[in-house]
Order: sequence, then structure tokens, then C-alpha cells
Amino acid sequence: MKKSVVFGALTVAGLAAGAAAAGTLDDVKARGKLNCGVTTGLVGFAAPDANGEWMGFDVGVCRAVAAAVLGDPKAVEFVPTTGKTRFTALASGEIDMLARNTTWTFSRDVDLKFTFVGVNYYDGQGFMVPKELGVSSAKELDGATVCIQTGTTTELNLADFFRSNNISYEPVPIETNAEAQQQYLAGACDVYTTDASGLAATRATFEDPSAHVLLPEIISKEPLGPLVRHGDDNWGDVVRWSLNALITAEELGVTSANIGEMAAGTNNPEINRLLGTEGNLGEMLGLSADWGKNAIMAGGNYGELFEGNIGESTPIGLARGLNAQWTDGGLIYSPPFR
Amino acid sequence: MTTLTDPPKESFRLSMLINDTRYRSLTFQAIAAVALALAIWYLGNNLIQNLRAAGLNISYSFLGDPAGYDINQRLVEYDSQSSHARAALVGVLNTILVAFLACVTATIFGVIAGVLRLSNNWIVSKLMAIYVEIFRNIPVLIWIIIIFTIMTAVMPGPREFRGDNATSSMVLDLFAFTNRGVYIPMPFFENGLFGNATLNWILVLLVAAGAWYAVRMNNARAANVQAETGVRPKTIWVNLAIWLVPFVALMFIMGLAWEVPELKGFNFKGGIKVGGPLIALWFALSIYTGAFIAENVRAGIQAVSKGQTEAASALGLRPRRVMNLVILPQALRVIIPPLISQYLNITKNSSLAIAVGYADITATLGGITLNQTGRAIECVLLLMLFYLTASLLISMAMNVYNASVKLKER
Amino acid sequence: MSDQNNNSIAFVATETIPESPPPARETGVVKWMRENLFSSIPNSILTIVSLLLIYSVLKNTLPWIVNGLWTTSSLAECREILDGTTGACFSVLTERWNQLIYGFKYPVEEYWRPNVAFVLMLIAIAPVLFFDLPRKLLIFTALYPFVAFWLIWGGTILGPLVALIGFVVAGAFFQKFGRNNFALGFFGAVIIALIVWSVGGAMIPEGASDNALLPAVPSRDLGGFMLNMMLGLTCVSLSVPLGIALALGRQSDMPLIKGICVVFIEFVRGVPLITLLFVASVMLSYFFPPEATVDLFLRVVIMITLFSAAYIAEVVRGGLAALPKGQYEAADSLGLDYPQAMRLIILPQALKISIPGIVNVAVGLFKDTTLVSVISMFDLVGMIRGPILASTEWNGVYWELFGFAAALFFVVCYGISQYSQWLERKLHKGH
Repeated sequence: MKKSVVFGALTVAGLAAGAAAAGTLDDVKARGKLNCGVTTGLVGFAAPDANGEWMGFDVGVCRAVAAAVLGDPKAVEFVPTTGKTRFTALASGEIDMLARNTTWTFSRDVDLKFTFVGVNYYDGQGFMVPKELGVSSAKELDGATVCIQTGTTTELNLADFFRSNNISYEPVPIETNAEAQQQYLAGACDVYTTDASGLAATRATFEDPSAHVLLPEIISKEPLGPLVRHGDDNWGDVVRWSLNALITAEELGVTSANIGEMAAGTNNPEINRLLGTEGNLGEMLGLSADWGKNAIMAGGNYGELFEGNIGESTPIGLARGLNAQWTDGGLIYSPPFR
Repeated sequence: MTTLTDPPKESFRLSMLINDTRYRSLTFQAIAAVALALAIWYLGNNLIQNLRAAGLNISYSFLGDPAGYDINQRLVEYDSQSSHARAALVGVLNTILVAFLACVTATIFGVIAGVLRLSNNWIVSKLMAIYVEIFRNIPVLIWIIIIFTIMTAVMPGPREFRGDNATSSMVLDLFAFTNRGVYIPMPFFENGLFGNATLNWILVLLVAAGAWYAVRMNNARAANVQAETGVRPKTIWVNLAIWLVPFVALMFIMGLAWEVPELKGFNFKGGIKVGGPLIALWFALSIYTGAFIAENVRAGIQAVSKGQTEAASALGLRPRRVMNLVILPQALRVIIPPLISQYLNITKNSSLAIAVGYADITATLGGITLNQTGRAIECVLLLMLFYLTASLLISMAMNVYNASVKLKER
Repeated sequence: MSDQNNNSIAFVATETIPESPPPARETGVVKWMRENLFSSIPNSILTIVSLLLIYSVLKNTLPWIVNGLWTTSSLAECREILDGTTGACFSVLTERWNQLIYGFKYPVEEYWRPNVAFVLMLIAIAPVLFFDLPRKLLIFTALYPFVAFWLIWGGTILGPLVALIGFVVAGAFFQKFGRNNFALGFFGAVIIALIVWSVGGAMIPEGASDNALLPAVPSRDLGGFMLNMMLGLTCVSLSVPLGIALALGRQSDMPLIKGICVVFIEFVRGVPLITLLFVASVMLSYFFPPEATVDLFLRVVIMITLFSAAYIAEVVRGGLAALPKGQYEAADSLGLDYPQAMRLIILPQALKISIPGIVNVAVGLFKDTTLVSVISMFDLVGMIRGPILASTEWNGVYWELFGFAAALFFVVCYGISQYSQWLERKLHKGH
């Protein structure tokens, strides 16, 4: 690990001495902290609470990776990023991984040279309208004014949808979710569009959520997942399998409640391999044997994270839907731990 | 005969590089050149290494790709299939539009507030002082957000115009003030001389220009007559006729009509729409910069010494002519240079449009295009290039003006 | 004699009439109002319009402020209590006070550190602002940056100490050699400082910050109004020397140096601050060595400093140009060389003229620090637009929050501009 001493002496705290060519995993271990890029604030996915603690579904993924690598779910430095800064932050090495409800698309993967390590939430773009407008389908929105939260693929999907249905609209692009809401509630736009999960989260904060309806059309596929830089496959594997460990844990019934007794050894060899009591999966990744156990203990398995942050018992109230385990008819599916 | 001998030739010593004024500036410049070259090399080298490590390259080819997003406020043809370059052009025009509008209104606000602040009406001058201090001391970003929020919260939505017991109605049945923007009637020609609306409007402009020229000729003739005979012939009726007759005739021939906005579906349709974000940004920039201009105007008027007013009055000029002929020309010389730099500030501050979703160049090229393509370096460089060009053009105009009004001292 | 008195004509008054008060319209409030409010018809109209304006503003805002609630824990609760009547929900300010001032990440038990730094700042800045104070206080001002850095960021004290030693050694070297030979003294001092910093920086043991007296706080955790203050103060104080150097460079006879300065100043003044902040947030990381990452705060400080340095350079250039040519000639005729002339004759006078301009730039810069909210830093405006308005409890509280932000900025900026005007008057008295 090198250190830029000239700058270092001037601004010891200002300069995080960082990555050498050795690889992100070694850097993270040497630093003792994981730098994880998140959104600047989307309730349910990543937002600081009243005490300044980051909470949310994406945050849970960051914590799981930190726990797997460093054994401490608190050893995360959350870096808030906007739609504009997130890719630069990742490409320039300011953050080690990005968990900012980012859609996996061809050009981001191939052209911008990022590796999406998996999908932690299957989303799609939807529409919210006030009930009093009496609209029941997005195809009736001809001529409507649409508020868009910019910075995702939202604008493109919207343009494609209206173009292919040959109807017109007026876009109002807004930078932050809070301002878009204000516009929508004041009636400056008829429709608010963003990812369906975001719409549900937004509606949950309204004074009277029942006065607004989500239209049935989901106009895009938005597989959201954590991503890392191209070219560091070892680190990519660590993040990928940390996520998979959470998913597999739910499938196998390992929860943060019963993980203590499960870790003592079970009859199921896959659980044993996952929790490190059998085989040497951790060693293959360059992590400790109990990495999987740590990752799951950080915030619970996939299902627990979901229920705790965005599930039906929370104000956001999202149903599992596509994000149910494959055994329950959803798309969440992890390759085997073997 | 004595022989003049040259002073002994000094041999060059290394210390002369620092101690001898003849060489010192060379030394310093050499050091500066080396330092500059080193800095450029260092930064460039880092850039290349970083880009190589990330597997990226600098390329502007994305500008030709379809942008894929729509823009609501546009002065030229644009749809989601147009290229990113076209989107940037829309942004450039929008920036120029809001900057121009804000310059005009900021000047009006500023002049009114500056003059009223010198008023002998106590309450008015105090009110103006409060206006100036409040707006100068609070960041423009906060003003833009506050004014945008006020607009959307206070103005009625189009929904409220609908139904039998609508809570809002159109002003004179012609104008609709909504929180999405203001809709005003649009003039058009029912049987224009050309098929193309633009050509018709150019014709109108030409007629207006012709009338303006004719009026000037008429005034010049009157001035000549006055110089010869001492009596100025009345020009007002002739001028009025020159202005109105061809204009009215043209309008009549081409069949001027008004397209009135009308509530259809979700929005008002027809007429000209001035979008809410544009109005909010326009108003916020004007009222914020107006406070600064007011101070410039006040300083300019106060800079003209009282003796000038008294001298002019002693010559028997009436107060209005004192203002027009003596005070203003001198005050303007003081007011204009800071005024132009306020115009520069407006242009630069218009980049805060992203806070209200107005599609200026920062929001299109530096916002959505940057987000979608991830070409951060290219987009930011182009953005800076645009603002730099605009600023340099405005400063150039300012320099030309300054040279022309400079006191010609003899 | 008395006869005369008795036969005095009836209509001649024998004693003086008691002084009657001047007509009502010529005294007191009425006269003042006649002269200042109703001197003519247009003036009267203006007065009435102004009064109506004031009345309508007060009518709408006063009940809102007076009925304000301060103790609820969410907007929904506010609405419940107000039950349709007008009233503000100021509870958001009390409940989120810490977040508005310190940001949401600064450790609560360490709040005393920025507070102490703030109080010390007032002491440190006093001798700079008021020339009558004892000059010895300037020593504290010089030490303040290092103290404040240590207080706010915490961590090992060795870091600021090494930086301080570097400056002290360089200063001592300059004192010894710079008197006679400016170039030698200057460049020598720079080189020596660099040596001290690199050696000292290398000597700071790895992990020295882990168990330091004051726990280290990463700069990402700074936020709220504190961040605005820090950015404003840091950038202004860094940009003044840089701006002076640029102004001198622009006046220089050396074409290369002049060219560099002109291009730099015109470039920076030609682009909006927000594009420079974009550079800081999305471009600058590519220009640092691949193995080092510089955090966002430092990148932003670099860009804002460059930005305000260009403006200060123009102010100082104005000050230099305003000096009569005789001053330059007098300095030359005394046989002073360039650095001496500048240090002893020109700059003290030019800077004195420039101070109000520099203060104006500082106020503008302080206001512009709110722009960092656009690049995902949580300053006061960023906190409001981000975490607070996005939270479930306070979604929809706009007026109270932005009003608070506006008031806070107004107090600080108005204070500074009043100081600037006071200073201008004071400086003018000398002539």
C-alpha cells in the first residue's frame, strides 16, 4: 500500500490513502473499511434515519459484504452518490462497490466497463396518478404532464413507451425525489413515474396514500443490483457470492435467529458449506471460513432484509412478487454453493 | 588621444541567473515553464493511466447517437430520436432564452428599485433597502427553490379549471395562469402570403423595420427644417401613420387571428405555453440580480456630483431634461460596466436550472446526457466550453462599449 | 404718561400674545409624514401601495409564525394539532436541529469540537477584521487553522503538527535568507517545507489515528451549516494568497507568467461554479494518481479555492491599478527590488483598497457553497433537500426549512456586508 506523503502531511484526514494494483479485496482488508456507494436518500433502499444511521435494502447488501470480508457489518463507509457521480465514483476507485438501485443494462455492462454481480431486486417502471383523475391505464395518459425523477433509465423508458403507443406527453424532469413529490402533490404534473418500488415508497409517505393509485402497466424491466469495476474478478466474486449467500440462506431456511445452532453443524451439507463448517469455500474466495455466516448475521437472509426494509410490514409495503424465491414462483435464484 | 576601452567583459556566472535582473526574469519564466510542463505531464499521465485501468477512452461519438429522452421546453424541433448533439443545442437555446429574459427584467427591477431607493419617500426607500438586502444576502439557489415551490403551491393546477364549480378561471378567457406555466393566446395568419408561418412573420418584421427607417427619415427631415427655420414641424401624426397604416393593412390582408388556449384532457392546449420552471427560474434570477443592479444604479446616480444638477438647472433646463441630458448620460458610464458583469452572472447562474427541472444546457448535456452515457469528462468539457464562449462574447461586447463611452480627455 | 397708557387705542395689544404652537401640519409626526410620505400625489400613492403591501405580507405570515408548533415529532402530528388552522410546523427545526447544523453523520458526543472550533474562529478572525486589536493576537490566528483542523477532523495530532512545523521551518528559512535574496529565500522555503512534510508524513506511524485523543471523523461525515461555514472559511483564506499571487502575475512583465495567469483567471471567471463542482465530482478523480483517492471534500475545496482566487485576483488587480504611479516610481527610486517594493510599499496600500472588494467576494463565495448540494454533499441545503424532506416524518415541510436556511444565511451575510461598509467608511476617514 502506497501513501501519497506530500498530500498526506497537508491533509492527513482529507486523503484516503488507497488502492494499489494488488486488487480491491486486499485494499478493503488493509483499509479495514468497505467503501460502498449508495443513493443520497430513497426510503427503504438507502436513507439515513434520524440518528444518521444508514438504513435500507441496498445498505443491507453493503453490510453483508463488509461482514463477509471484514467480519464486521459496521465496517462500511457509505458514500452517497447521485445519478451523475455514481459511475465516476466507481470507475475512479473512490468506492469499492455500488449498491444504488442501479439498472443492469447492456451499455453500462459493456461500454462503461462495470460488472453487475447479480440482481437483488427485480423492478419495473410504473405510474402513479391521483385517484380523482379516474385513469385506469397508462394508455389513457395522452397529453398528460409527467414528473420524472432523473438520473436513471426512467426518461428513456418513458419516451419509448409514449412513442410506441403513439401518444404525447410533457416531461418534467426533477432532480430529487422530494421535489418531484412536491410537484406531483401540488398538481403541477398529472403523473409521477419512477421505479414501481420507488412509487410505493413515495406513496407511503403521503398524507393520504389511498388518494393515489399505481397504474397496472409496468413499462420496463429494471433488474437492480450491486456492481463493481470490470477487471477485478476476484472482488467481483466476493460481492456476487455474498449476495448469493443471502439468497441461498433464505432458500435453505437459515435465518439470523437460527444461524447460531445451524453453524454448529447440520445434516444438510449445503448449509454446512454455506456456513463454513464443511469444505473450504471461504478459502477459495480469499476470505475466512465463516464468511457466509457473517454475511447472513449482518442483517439476516435475503427474505429478512426484504421484510425488514421494504416488505409488507413496513410503510413501503412491497409484496415479494417477482422477488420471491424461485421455489415460490419468483425470480430470486442463487447458483448452488458447491 | 585617449582611447576609450570597453569595460571588461563580465564572464557569465551561474549566480547571475538569480541576482542579475537581466537574466532573472528569464530564470523565473524557465522555472514557470518547467513547472507548468511538469504539472500538465503529471495530470495527463494520471488521466491516461486511470482511463486505461478503467478500460475507457475519450470519444465524442456519443453525440451522434439518439438521445432517447424528451424535452418539454424547446425552441427547435426535437424528439426522443434526435441526437445528443441536438439535445445539447436545445439546451443551449434554452440557456440563452432564460438568460436574455432575465437580463431584461433584472434591469427593469434593478433600475426601479435603485431609483426608488433614492426616493424622498421614507417608506418606499426603506422598503427598497429591505428588498436589496434580503435578496443580496441569501443564496440564489435557495431563492430559486423557494420561488419554484411558491409557484407550484400557490397557483392553481389545470384540474381546478375544470367542471361546473371550478375554483379558478381564465383571465379574460384569454390567459390561463396555472402551476404548470402560463398559457397565452398565440397570433397566427389565416391566409398568409406564404405557406410557411416563419416567412409570414419575417415579412411582418421587414415591414416593421421599414416603418422604423421611414420614421427616422421623417425625424431627420424635421430636424433639418428646425435647423433652417427654427420651427420644428409636427411629426407625430405622420410618424404614427407610418407605423400603423402598413402594419394594419398587412394584418388585415393576411387575416390575423388568435389561437386561444383551451382546457383539453389533462392540460391546456393551443396558444403559447411559458413553462413553470422557465417562469420560476426567470423570476428568481431577475429578482435576485435586480437587487445587485439596484445597488449599481444607486451608486451610478450618486456618483454624478450635485454640481452637475445645479449647473443644469442654472442653465434653465427643466428637471426631466436635467435627468435625460445631464445626469443619466454620466451615470450610465458608471452603471454599465457592473451591469454587464451582472449579465454575465445571470448567464452563469442560469446553470442552476437543474434545481427546478428547466432544460438548459446543464440539464441536458450536463445532466441527462451525462447520466445516460456516462461520458462525464466529455460532457463536462463541452459544458465548460459553451459557458466560456458565452462569457468571452459578452465581455468582448462590454470592452467595445467601454471603449466607445470612455471619457475623451484632451 | 399714565394718561397715555390709559388712553391707548383699543385695537393695539398691550401685552405680547403667548406663543402659539406652530400649525399642526408643520410639526412633529405630521410634518415628517407630509414631507417624507405624502409630499406629492404620486408619492402618496406610492406610500399607500407600500403600506398595503406590508399589511398583506404581515397578515399572511404573522398568524403562521405565531401559531407555529415547536414540539411535535412529525408533520402528521402538526397537522393533527393545527386541525386546519394556519400555523407553521417549526418542530422540524427543533427535531432535526443537529442534522441541520452538523450534518447527519457527525458523532453526537463530539459536537463540542466544532462548537469550540467555532468560538476559537471568532477569536482568531477578530484581529484580521479589526485593526485596533493588539497585533500579538495574529499569532493565534496563524495557529488557528491547525487547531481547527485537529478539532474538527480529530485523529492523530501529529498530522497538523507536521504541517505546522513545515510552515514554521519554511518561515524561519525565509526570514533568514529572504531579506536579502527573495528568490533564494522563497524557493528554498518551499523546498524545505516539502522536505519536512514528506519526512514528517512518513514518520507518522500507520494507524496513529486509531487511538488518538480525539477520535478521527472522516470528512464525508461533515455536513449541515457547519459544512457551509468550513467550506467558506477554508476556501476564502486559501484563495486570498493565491489571488494576490495571480494578480501580481497578471501585472508582471514576464510574458509567460502573465499569460498563464490571464488564461487561468479568464477561464475560471468564464464558467459557472457548478461546472467546476461537476469537475470536482466527476472528473477530478481521473487526474490524481491511480493509487491515491482524494476525498470529495478536498476536491471541492480545491475547485472552490481556484474559483474564488480568480475573482479575488481581479479585485486585487483593481487595487493595484488604483495606486498612483508615483508609488511605484518612489519605490524604484529608493532602490527597492521588486519583492521589497511589493512587500513594503505597493501591497499594503493596494490591499487596503481591495479589502471591501475581497469581503464582497467572500460573501458571494459563502452563498455559493450551497451549490455543493447539487453534487451530493449534505450541506444545509443538501440536508434539507435530501434526508429531511425525504423522510417519512417531514415529507412536505418546505417553508419552515427553507425559511430557516434563508434566515441563517441572511444573518451571516448581512453581518459581513455591514462590516464591509463599516470598514469602507473607516478607511475613507484617513484622507
